[in-house]
Amino acid sequence: MKFRSVFDIIGPVMIGPSSSHTAGAARIGRVARTIFGRKPNWAKIHLYGSFAETYRGHGTDVAIVGGLLDFDTYDERLVQSLELAEQMGLEVEFFEEDTVMDHPNTVKIRIGDQRGELEVVGVSIGGGKIEIDEINGFKLKLTGEHPAIIVLNNDRFGCIAGVASTLAKNHINIGHMQVSRKEKGKLALMVLETDENVEESILEEISSLPNILQVARIVE
Amino acid sequence: MLFRTVRELVILAEKEGKKISHIMIEQEMKVTKMSRQEIIERMEKNFQVMESSVEKGLKGVTSRSGLTGGDAVLLQEYLKKGKHLSGGFILDAVSKAMATNEVNAAMGMICATPTAGSAGVVPGTLFAVKEKLNPTREQMIEFLFTAGAFGFVVANNASISGASGGCQAEIGSASGMAAAAIVEMAGGTPSQSAEAMAITLKNMLGLVCDPVAGLVEVPCVKRNAMGAANAMVAADMALAGIKSRIPCDEVIEAMFRVGQMMPSALKETAQGGLAVTPTGKKLEREIFGKPQKK
Repeated sequence: MKFRSVFDIIGPVMIGPSSSHTAGAARIGRVARTIFGRKPNWAKIHLYGSFAETYRGHGTDVAIVGGLLDFDTYDERLVQSLELAEQMGLEVEFFEEDTVMDHPNTVKIRIGDQRGELEVVGVSIGGGKIEIDEINGFKLKLTGEHPAIIVLNNDRFGCIAGVASTLAKNHINIGHMQVSRKEKGKLALMVLETDENVEESILEEISSLPNILQVARIVE
Repeated sequence: MLFRTVRELVILAEKEGKKISHIMIEQEMKVTKMSRQEIIERMEKNFQVMESSVEKGLKGVTSRSGLTGGDAVLLQEYLKKGKHLSGGFILDAVSKAMATNEVNAAMGMICATPTAGSAGVVPGTLFAVKEKLNPTREQMIEFLFTAGAFGFVVANNASISGASGGCQAEIGSASGMAAAAIVEMAGGTPSQSAEAMAITLKNMLGLVCDPVAGLVEVPCVKRNAMGAANAMVAADMALAGIKSRIPCDEVIEAMFRVGQMMPSALKETAQGGLAVTPTGKKLEREIFGKPQKK
């Protein structure tokens, strides 16, 4: 079941005009920002399907950028986010894409700064709910509604066990877990949705495990 | 999960002698592990946002494009003259539904019910029926849980997004949700709520999503208006004992299938319907200076 809570139906409280094209778009931007972990210096935003056709009218562009600035769906600064991005040193570019995606409201966000880059593909599935379908080319499913950690690692034995036992040691329960790789023995990505927020110190502990390359988190 | 279909919801409510809103609260407790108190408080916050968006819209707002705004006020002024032909409560609901959507179009704060484009119908009918039934605050919060329960079934078995199911999935769903909630507030049975939802949704099947210039304004504001009117009349019909020959779950299923058959030009892409009429195209050019990429 895609919708589990009554507040997916009566809610969210948001700045208009469209739950899928404004609120959902802002949420995708904000999840990308959260995974990146800091304000990016640049963003290249590729819009597909209905997003590409109607983004100006719905303020989809404004909303995604607002999300990248870490504004929530009901934050009244959202309306000025394009101006605020300029002031805050976030350079934004939009691309209208022709490729037909599985879902009409799809966006690919590439963000970065001197220290790194991130690519996220997100889908706004209606009523303000979203799914993250891809991170740095790895296929996955992430809603951004639960705390989560995202781990990039060399595809070797023991990585998953190492991450899981670090969480266990810190009394953190895993609600959902997914592993993804592009090629055997190369790079792999795991996403673990947890019941509790994962503290910065635990993140550092995981980063220091063998074959772990990068760790990011989503906190509630 | 306590229920997945309207039938399961109605059977459960009638067997346990509970209101649909109470079943929804119980399910929410089960799924989210939040306490009853926390859930009600959270809904109370949504209620307050709805109340203030209606108030704001009734003072008069205008969207950035200038396409919408002020109609909620016009209708209230007309109502005050006492010369209206259709029912005063219906027109009040219509006005309050438009008020909310005018605020939404003006990038103001609203509560999506179930979406932003359809956010007017549920509060519009709630704040109109309130004048007639004098509900307690608790009953007004329950109204939202009942609407939510029906919306929950539609969202999981069909769709609530215009991009995937057309306007029938958005304002159609909102109107069905509102009709069911009005019935409960007026003292109807759970199965009468289901009949009201079925009657409403049947009359909105096939409605396309064709926003002019891709904006959630034309025809969205007026579709919320008529969605509210539809919900009020269907609620009265159900309370009178009228039944839908096609059960509510089957109407929802039909809505889903109609949505699948609908071409993408009529699903929020602004490539068909009113969006491509000569005036629709002209308005688009005026707002954006050039037609949007197709």
